[in-house]
Amino acid sequence: MAEKVEGAKKVKIPRHEMPCQDPQVRAHNFEEVALGYTQEMAVEEAKRCLQCKKPLCVTGCPVEVLIPDFVKQIAQGDFQEAGKVLKIKNSLPAVCGRVCPQEAQCESKCILGIKGESVAIGRLERFAADFGMKSEEVEFEKPVQSGKRVAIIGAGPAGLACAGDLAKAGHAVTVLEALHVAGGVLMYGIPQFRLPKEIVQTEIANLKKMGVEILTNQVVGKVTSVDELMENGYDAVFIGTGAGLPYFMDIPGENLNGVYSANEFLTRTNLMKGYKFPDYATPVKVGKNVAVLGAGNVAMDSARTALRLGAENVYIIYRRSRDEMPARKEELEHAEEEGIQFRLLTNPVSIQGDERGWIKSLTCLRYELGEPDASGRRAPVAIQGSEFEIPMDTVVVAIGQGPNPLVTTSTPGLELNRRGNIVADDETLMTSKPGVFAGGDIVTGAATVILAMGAGKKAAAGIDQYLKSQS
Amino acid sequence: MYRVVKKRLLSTGITLLDVEAPAVAAKVEPGQFVIVRVDELGERIPLTVMNFDREKGTITIVVQDVGYSSALITRMNEGDEFQDFVGPLGVASEIENHGTVVCIGGGVGIAPIHPIARALKEAGNHVISVLGSRSADLMILEEEMRAVSSEVVIATNDGSAGVKGFVTDGLAQVLAQGHDVKVIWAIGPMVMMKAVVEYTRPLGIKTIVSMNPIMVDGTGMCGACRISVGNETKFACVDGPEFDGHLVDFDLAMKRLAFYKDEENRAKARLECDHEGGHH
Repeated sequence: MAEKVEGAKKVKIPRHEMPCQDPQVRAHNFEEVALGYTQEMAVEEAKRCLQCKKPLCVTGCPVEVLIPDFVKQIAQGDFQEAGKVLKIKNSLPAVCGRVCPQEAQCESKCILGIKGESVAIGRLERFAADFGMKSEEVEFEKPVQSGKRVAIIGAGPAGLACAGDLAKAGHAVTVLEALHVAGGVLMYGIPQFRLPKEIVQTEIANLKKMGVEILTNQVVGKVTSVDELMENGYDAVFIGTGAGLPYFMDIPGENLNGVYSANEFLTRTNLMKGYKFPDYATPVKVGKNVAVLGAGNVAMDSARTALRLGAENVYIIYRRSRDEMPARKEELEHAEEEGIQFRLLTNPVSIQGDERGWIKSLTCLRYELGEPDASGRRAPVAIQGSEFEIPMDTVVVAIGQGPNPLVTTSTPGLELNRRGNIVADDETLMTSKPGVFAGGDIVTGAATVILAMGAGKKAAAGIDQYLKSQS
Repeated sequence: MYRVVKKRLLSTGITLLDVEAPAVAAKVEPGQFVIVRVDELGERIPLTVMNFDREKGTITIVVQDVGYSSALITRMNEGDEFQDFVGPLGVASEIENHGTVVCIGGGVGIAPIHPIARALKEAGNHVISVLGSRSADLMILEEEMRAVSSEVVIATNDGSAGVKGFVTDGLAQVLAQGHDVKVIWAIGPMVMMKAVVEYTRPLGIKTIVSMNPIMVDGTGMCGACRISVGNETKFACVDGPEFDGHLVDFDLAMKRLAFYKDEENRAKARLECDHEGGHH
């Protein structure tokens, strides 16, 4: 009864807004958009938590962070402890606090959310993780070593989460990364203004302190292979190579200069720091008018990046309506606040170029919503004769990615589905090859950072079990 | 780190480097390439491998000082280290005994044709190499090419050595001698490869070219290197770099090479300015 009364009171306390850089200012810099809670805000927000006996929020988290426990520590002012509690389940909390779709996960299950607003779990996670990062590093107690070695292919969210849990379980872990830095999509894809790269690298440095070895510049499938790793003394292999093959629209003019895949556009800007050209040697360029094709988080990242690189008009071009846009609500809002122009129910049909091979304009067709399709979404139907041409300098194609075939095609006996994704056991994530596990986008197709991390953790449990059964 | 263990100036602005990269050297095959980064601020630059020594664990690359990053590489000295050196990347050349083959190398493209000629010769082919450069003093690796070829034909634009003209004139001479040429490999600037392909198209001789478009990751992730082959878009980094030259859209490929021309000029100008000013 007392809990109910308290709950009724708490539901009336509004959720604390996240302080952000002013949209007009931030649209022209690469500094982080969200500024984070102050200590006072964090304590006040944490006090809204009901500390449910059966916390539903935890069931909404792919890595089962001990949410009420860390929130309680914040409410009590023990931020250091809150950070430690987070780390029990999550190897990369400062990343998750920034990029998880909490509104669809933990926060969607929060009891307060039924009658009012849920606890801002994501913002609290970010606060506690950042606090833990800044404070003195707690000595990591090295667990008893199992004597088993595991190779992890890909230092993205899946691989890093897997590595963290395996190291905690006492296994010797080596992560092989194809690029020159670890982090995967956290480094090449998600922009600096949403996820500062220094934070990613600090989290990775913490994994190294736990004994995880990370080797960069290792393209598995070329310099070595899964079979070779198994022959060379690794007791298990985890494949977390992600979704790294960009899709194009397959419309005329896509090879004109000025057309980028979102992967290339974001990699040049984020990983190679093209926004600091010529101090950094990799160029990236946008013209006055930029069209981003697609409406997911990657499309929003591309559009907002284009704005920061100096574009005057940035359009999101999407075939369906606003309700169907797959990007997180917060990303859509941030994009709109900054001045990104949504051209909905619009689909590109061709790109026109000049004689030197540069983009000149984009031709689109208008659509209207018809009957719901198989996915339950109202299918867009083209309006005949509604073609129109917009002057355009840059086009970024952000319509998704497929599995990169370098590892899968060099691994005989690895079962794939018809899309080229690896088939793995639902529970253990073991593939058709004994001792070889896989998880993240390479199994599911392009999804989110946190789902990949969840898969990495699940695989770590599967691998641990497998290694124990082998000895 | 990846240390430069040997440096040799081949000609004005063209430098040969042996770089320590044992893991790459253990696996690389003719036709493949590496991606290098000079320093923390550097671009990822694709370079076709000239040679490799599996025992010493070294890779030989040849670089011409044309842009900002290549200028930095040609200024490296023995003992200097590359920040990153990734490979082997791309699909290796298909080496088999065809009978008589021609290996055409133009300018700095002579370097990547070298391991292919060697492998083809080892596979039993009669290898005729056609080497082209603007003038005799710019000709590189002639001796090395003679060592791996059955015959060598030289072509210079100004006639200061060998046939006066282009590699196509050298090729014409080979064909005029009545050789039954089964396959031709041609590596060099895009204009040269295009000229060779146009020359051999009516003759119906299979001609393989090695494409060198702009790349970033080199593993199929970004699509910067897309080219049109037989009206299909291909990624040179993972589908190539070698393609059937008769199917390649060279006009598109050449336009795409100019994507960052302005930026490249800006960076290069700044480098030269810094260099002359003696500060940076």
